[in-house]
Amino acid sequence: MKVPLKWLQEYVDITLPPTDLANRLTLAGNEVEGMQVIGGNWENIVVGQVIAINPHPNADRLSLATIDLGTDQQSVVCGAPNLRLGDKVAFAYVGAQLIDGHTGQVFRLKSAKIRGVASSGMVCSEKELGISDSHQGIMVLPTEAPVGIRLTEYLGDVILDLSITPNRPDCLSVIGIAREIAALTGQNLHLPEVNYQEAPFPIDQQISVEILAPDLCPRYCASLITGITVAESPRWMQQRLLACGLRPINNIVDITNYVMLEYSQPLHAFNYPKIRGKKIIVRRANDGEVVVTLDGAERVLSGDMLVIADEERAVAIAGVMGSANSEITPETTSVLLEAANFNQASIHYTGSTLRLPSDACMRFERGIRPELALPALRRASQLIMQLTGGEVAKGWIDVYPGRRDHEPILLSTAEVKRLLGVEFSLEQIVEALTSLGFDCKPGASEVWVTTPYWRSDIHLAVNLIEEVVRILGYDKIPTTMLSRPLPRQNHEPILKLKEEVRRNLTGYGFQELITYSLTSLERLHKLLPEPHPIEPMPLRVANPMTAEQEYLRPNLRANLLAALEANRRHEDDGIRFFDLGKVYLPRPGDLPDEREMVCGLLSRARIEKLWRGEQELLDFYDAKGVVEGLVSQLGVDASFEECRDESLLPSKQTAIVIANNRLGVVGELHPKVLEAFDLSETVYLFEIDLTDLLPFTVGHKMFQPIPRFPAIVRDIALVVNAKVAHQKIQGIITSFPLVAQASIFDVYAGGQVPPGKKSLAYRIAFQSPTHTLTDEEVNEVQQQILDKLSQELRAMLRT
Amino acid sequence: MKEVFETSSIIEQLEDLKLNALQELEGTNSVKELESWRVRYLGKKSHLTEVLRSLATLPLEERRAVGAFANEVKTYLEKSLDKKRQVLYEAQLISTAKEEYIDVTLPGRAFPVGRLHPITQTLYEICDIFVSMGFQVVEGPEVEWDYYNFEALNIPEEHPARDTMATLWVDFQTDSGDRPMLLRTHTTSVTARIIETMKPPIRVIEPGKVYRYEASDATHTPMFYQIDGLVVDEGITMADLKGTLYEFARRFFGEDRKVRFRCDYFPFVEPGAEMAIACLTCGGKGCRLCGNSGWIEILGAGMTHPQVLQRGGLDPEVYSSFAFGMGIDRLPMLRYGIDDTRLFYSNDLRFLRQF
Repeated sequence: MKVPLKWLQEYVDITLPPTDLANRLTLAGNEVEGMQVIGGNWENIVVGQVIAINPHPNADRLSLATIDLGTDQQSVVCGAPNLRLGDKVAFAYVGAQLIDGHTGQVFRLKSAKIRGVASSGMVCSEKELGISDSHQGIMVLPTEAPVGIRLTEYLGDVILDLSITPNRPDCLSVIGIAREIAALTGQNLHLPEVNYQEAPFPIDQQISVEILAPDLCPRYCASLITGITVAESPRWMQQRLLACGLRPINNIVDITNYVMLEYSQPLHAFNYPKIRGKKIIVRRANDGEVVVTLDGAERVLSGDMLVIADEERAVAIAGVMGSANSEITPETTSVLLEAANFNQASIHYTGSTLRLPSDACMRFERGIRPELALPALRRASQLIMQLTGGEVAKGWIDVYPGRRDHEPILLSTAEVKRLLGVEFSLEQIVEALTSLGFDCKPGASEVWVTTPYWRSDIHLAVNLIEEVVRILGYDKIPTTMLSRPLPRQNHEPILKLKEEVRRNLTGYGFQELITYSLTSLERLHKLLPEPHPIEPMPLRVANPMTAEQEYLRPNLRANLLAALEANRRHEDDGIRFFDLGKVYLPRPGDLPDEREMVCGLLSRARIEKLWRGEQELLDFYDAKGVVEGLVSQLGVDASFEECRDESLLPSKQTAIVIANNRLGVVGELHPKVLEAFDLSETVYLFEIDLTDLLPFTVGHKMFQPIPRFPAIVRDIALVVNAKVAHQKIQGIITSFPLVAQASIFDVYAGGQVPPGKKSLAYRIAFQSPTHTLTDEEVNEVQQQILDKLSQELRAMLRT
Repeated sequence: MKEVFETSSIIEQLEDLKLNALQELEGTNSVKELESWRVRYLGKKSHLTEVLRSLATLPLEERRAVGAFANEVKTYLEKSLDKKRQVLYEAQLISTAKEEYIDVTLPGRAFPVGRLHPITQTLYEICDIFVSMGFQVVEGPEVEWDYYNFEALNIPEEHPARDTMATLWVDFQTDSGDRPMLLRTHTTSVTARIIETMKPPIRVIEPGKVYRYEASDATHTPMFYQIDGLVVDEGITMADLKGTLYEFARRFFGEDRKVRFRCDYFPFVEPGAEMAIACLTCGGKGCRLCGNSGWIEILGAGMTHPQVLQRGGLDPEVYSSFAFGMGIDRLPMLRYGIDDTRLFYSNDLRFLRQF
């Protein structure tokens, strides 16, 4: 909402400098987002009068004008076609800063010779002054403009750009802001006086109004003005409309807009003779009813929208836009003026469904009070009469099915203190509320408060408390620390798990990424080496912003691979990164299952090549090592089992299994998947479902005594079939109670090992918690181990 | 030993030997020379060893005198040898340290360094501050019902506040044709759930991702982070709200950062407030970053609306409550001078490695 300070000054005395005023308004809830100073750089520009015009001796199209400036006279060469003797004009002395009418560049005026004649100064157009884009001719000022006065003093203004919160439709008006200023600065408000002579003919013989949808139209007021002449509105009105961001159209439309800006009550003027049957009917639209709106567009309406109709057709979409069929034209001589109140939700629905956000719509949908309709109607009728030469028919129409009484609200000083934590006296409270127009009936320590007719946002005592504290100032509230006993803390274990995983992975050299939760089907399809439909279908957004963000991600890896692809455009080095976040798995009839997942990618160099030595490449066992390290730090025992993840190479992947639950996967990405993501490198992935992992991480860790007796260490080398898994061998070895630890230290194939076989070397630590083992005891267990390995896996001791 | 020495002459010889040995020892300059000195004077074939060996042939009295002296000489030489050895060793250390050179300006072996995303770092920092004030961190669903995102927070359908939070709706229809599932537009939805499920006293913060139907530009992304907070108890006041948030601002933005509260409107609080801090760039004078106001808006807050408490089953006449909410992404932007919020989600490592 843009509000010129000079307009505000008509209703309230402004005692603060503009920046202080803006600050005061901002602190009280009406944020001033910007201030535009008009005429701030009109140095050396004054009001002058044309006292002589002579032809230029050397040019037909130019003239020599003499301008009286009170203290002196100046002679200038002027090319404007509209220069007339006696006109008041804006005169710029040499040195003034102006805007070039053709290029739009700022320049400083110099004295010049134009076609051989000296010209010291310039008569300015609106564009040259930065007032508007008009450069047709010079700007002609009103005849009452005092000669010699600085133009800034005469025409300069400050326009406040206010951001009005949705609860304050009353502040979408100059009077509304003036009221706020009056309350905040302790000044009185002067409202425009509305008083005019009505014509003898009564309105109710000219028009009748029927409301068929009283739920959507609580009030409909109308007046009739005849004998008008449609023309341009006066310059001062046009300037104010322009300053507020509205385009002047003609005097009638401009007046409806002007009064809307004054009172926040939208008005609409119908071309009265076009109203068929002399009847206004406020009704729901018929499904499919078509209205051609003022902008020339056809609008197809539905049965839950409200129209203003005559006996035959709709003449306006209520509160949103008028119809072309009853538009004010230059020939119009009588207008039916409407000031009505419409249901806010209905107007919001209609405005947003038809994509017709208008100034009227914005005010109705925020819920202006029906009481505003009549004062605004009378004010507009008066202006039309005064400015267009018309006559106002006697009386007005006022159909008011939605009339409501507003009960006073009780506010106590105790309640103010309970909520704000500061004691305000009843006098302070009453004074603050009264300054805003509330009617107060104070008792001993409480007050009955009646809300003024323009406020639609006050229903409860808390609303009044906000009014009090925003007028007295939020800085009157002290700052205290919470002093109540600490609530019981029940920390969510998943939060700790997520933080631990993040911190561990960054410790392993992984960079954390945050990718979007939304993705595309196209991207998800890239994860499939063999094309097939995605099952189950991920959740779709009904109104996606872009096709890339249409589906809620069912996994992290798709967006993560895309991030790798993007980084590969500028990054050749080894990359390790991960994302930890939710995936969204659809559930019938319910919110999706949101699971916390972590997914990491690794590729290229394990360690960057130093200035000596070779670069080492990451491999499958790096990815697996990360997972093993992670779960071990979380105190969980994981095993690894066969797995079929189609995005991974069948031979290089394994499922992460904890207590028989498959919680994730490690593997090398399938070359076809990499190709789809434009990656020409080997990439390893790990993925863990943290939601499923959580229950296994919260158990108590039990202390194991540090062994008191020494371990005996033996190395054995076994020859087995090449496809026998290490995990099985290790499982057998560690199943013997005296085996404290068994670790693999060599894997070898070829050479002396027969084809199809491999050699695995283990270091086994034998240890007893009760005594120092003897060689004999160890030999015996070792033999048992070898026997079992031989029986179950045909493992031979390598000699 | 064929000769038999006179006691006195033996002692004299030993004296000479000692003097010579010490003189020579003085002249040794390397471990090698030292070793040959040791062989010469203390070795198995040395004169001193011979003397000691021949003691047995001496009469008892002489044996005692000569023996004692010879042992004294031997001990003295051994000690001198140790001393000299120590001196030489230290001299060698010093010269080695002087001679052996590595170029310490060459880079070290690269150790992969991982970092938390700047948003995560900020979130953890904020959570730490509030946890230290007795707040508990809670999370809620990102895909949410209209009820918790809007209705429960005094934002019914067709409320103009909905227009300021353009919503991404999930393609999900009920039997009656409603579309009540959405991507939450603010973490205040968690506040609505907490009021419904937790019993006072409540002191929680609710961090998480939120979503808007908005085109990406330097100041907008369709996904970003927020954190909401809620306190419900008997006797909670707006002064507590100010105190709590001042404390947050002091710890996050620094001791001297000026803070301002002003009236603002959010449908789920009344009175409503906005907290701003003095601009980090101009310190309050007014610049481009703060739109010449000198202030940067940080969060919205207020006393939880009585209808919101009531709807969640809490009696607003018994309990009072404050709530607040802030966008997270702006905070690292302000702190590090990041000028494009899309950088957080473009995941360019050249960006992420800077934090």
